[in-house]
Amino acid sequence: MAFGGVDFLGIDDMLSPDELAVRELVRDFVESDILPIIEECAWEGRFPRELVPRMAALNLFGATISEYGLPGLGNVAYGLIMQELERGDSGIRSFASVQSALVMYPIYSYGSKAQKDRWIPALGKGEAIGCFGLTEPDFGSNPGGMRTAARKDGDSWVLNGSKAWITNGSIADVAVVWAKVGGPDGKVRGFLVEKGTSGFTTSEHRMKMSLRASVTSQLAFQDCRVGADALLPGVEGLKGPLSCLNQARYGIAWGGIGSAMATYTAALDYARSRKQFGDRPIASHQMVQEKLAFMISEITKGQLLALRLGRMKDAGTLKPEHVSLGKRNNVWVARECARLAREILGANGIAGEYPVFRHLANIESVFTYEGTHDIHTLVLGQAVTGIPSYNPPAP
Amino acid sequence: MNHIVCLAYVPDTETKIKIGADGKSIDESDVKWIVSPYDEYALEEAIKTKETKGGTVTVVTFGPAKADVGLRECLARGANEAVRIAADGLAQVDSLGVAKLLAAAIKPMPFDVLWLGNKGVGTDAQTLVPMLAEFLDLPHVNLVTKLEWKDGAVTCWREIEGAKEVVETPLPALIAAQKGLNEPRYASLKGIMAAKKKTIAVKTPADLGVDVAAVSGDKAAVRWTKLELPPARQAVKLIPADDPAKAAEELLRLLRDEAKVL
Repeated sequence: MAFGGVDFLGIDDMLSPDELAVRELVRDFVESDILPIIEECAWEGRFPRELVPRMAALNLFGATISEYGLPGLGNVAYGLIMQELERGDSGIRSFASVQSALVMYPIYSYGSKAQKDRWIPALGKGEAIGCFGLTEPDFGSNPGGMRTAARKDGDSWVLNGSKAWITNGSIADVAVVWAKVGGPDGKVRGFLVEKGTSGFTTSEHRMKMSLRASVTSQLAFQDCRVGADALLPGVEGLKGPLSCLNQARYGIAWGGIGSAMATYTAALDYARSRKQFGDRPIASHQMVQEKLAFMISEITKGQLLALRLGRMKDAGTLKPEHVSLGKRNNVWVARECARLAREILGANGIAGEYPVFRHLANIESVFTYEGTHDIHTLVLGQAVTGIPSYNPPAP
Repeated sequence: MNHIVCLAYVPDTETKIKIGADGKSIDESDVKWIVSPYDEYALEEAIKTKETKGGTVTVVTFGPAKADVGLRECLARGANEAVRIAADGLAQVDSLGVAKLLAAAIKPMPFDVLWLGNKGVGTDAQTLVPMLAEFLDLPHVNLVTKLEWKDGAVTCWREIEGAKEVVETPLPALIAAQKGLNEPRYASLKGIMAAKKKTIAVKTPADLGVDVAAVSGDKAAVRWTKLELPPARQAVKLIPADDPAKAAEELLRLLRDEAKVL
């Protein structure tokens, strides 16, 4: 039986016909192209690269851009894409998030015309893959401490340093790399570093227990020389990378709901058909119903939250702390739903015939990437108290 | 070359059908609606042909307002225009009535090929193709799995019992698609955004000069009097096979006395 969605509160009534059409299209694609292969991919630790041209044909990359022949979707439709992809797999959604929000967005927003002309069409068509290098082995929640440095040398820039946990790193044709210019207290600037540039190497993170259908890599720069035209001219300071993350995190607020829909639906179907203690389905047990009621309540609240964020983003009133609220809450919802679904499925909860454990493992990554749950807590804390707890004022 | 594709907006083939309270219609409350899969083959072929030979593709359906969603999906895949004959508020219209309505809508439109699926998957009546061809005085080729375009004609490969038949027809003609003709494409997001800007032309039976009362409800040639679900499958009966001779005897007894097939 095809997935019919999760809509306890009739929230579909708040979506426009084209938003619904976008969701149906991506839902069909997930159903026919992702779900049949994803368990194997995750088991083998393989990114299904064959999906890239198909996703590109659907215009899933850079979907909110309206130039360069891209569709110019609104933010709710974009969010629904992320939701549906993540119902398939968080790793596939991560691929699309990075390509769109962390690579196409900064090039489109901060790039020169030449940079845009070169990369936006290629990235949109999936002919080029991109990655985003901000996190370093020693700097995750505090990106401002980064050590990767760029030094001007005549007409070129010389990059030194390393980046870690980079989605798509070793399959990327272009890396958006953030580095400090002018010493440890210098400004952060963005650079486009192409695959194959001398002094730029990548290596995959091995033995990942999560996001196994996605590539995660380290990037190393050793006297990596790029031309003056590699610099993203339109932005300086941490607001460059943070504005990108704000785009991606917005999408993750939707993605979390997709993951939760997958585990909730699996748990509900299982509870209805699994019989114990006579010929009664376990769905008739009060403790199972309590879990399902919790899941549908949290999913429904998360849907309303994501939709509100999308409408605010379209209206231009969305602030970073709103995005933190959405990412923090909805990924938590996904994590709780995955755990409860795994409990409802009993032993089958760890089996690869069901999508539950894959989602459960995946969401552990999502919980701490793109701003950990705790850091988003502190963003909210700062928003309501006015006090940044990671850098509190002297008493 | 200009194309018209008629399509039916039908319950998803995976829908668990429930019978409505009146006992002669389906309960539509939890039904997901889709463009009938055979019509999708027809649409795909029309769009493919348009892409190589130029022209336009117009999609036409007879259905209630919700069928606009299906028409928009066709526009998003590459159709140029869409027409809906409004079925809102009408009593049930049978295939003959649908053929009359579609013929009336199509008659004034210029086209080279009229496309349909060989059947809808809704009521599966499989009578629309020849009826529509008769009303429009067109040659028709049904169950087509392959085509070769010529100047003013087309060669069609059609599936018949145990063989393939190759026929040629002059254009304009009605061609009805069979599974295997092609692999229908997905729409694209760009297509969806472009479709959003298009208007669907809605026509009532009266606009088309068709007296719908004469072909619907009690006046329809085919009326639904009762719908029944197939009987639920009975539980499997396992015969212990410790003693094969006894088991065979028991099987025979069951087939004769209970299943009554011997």
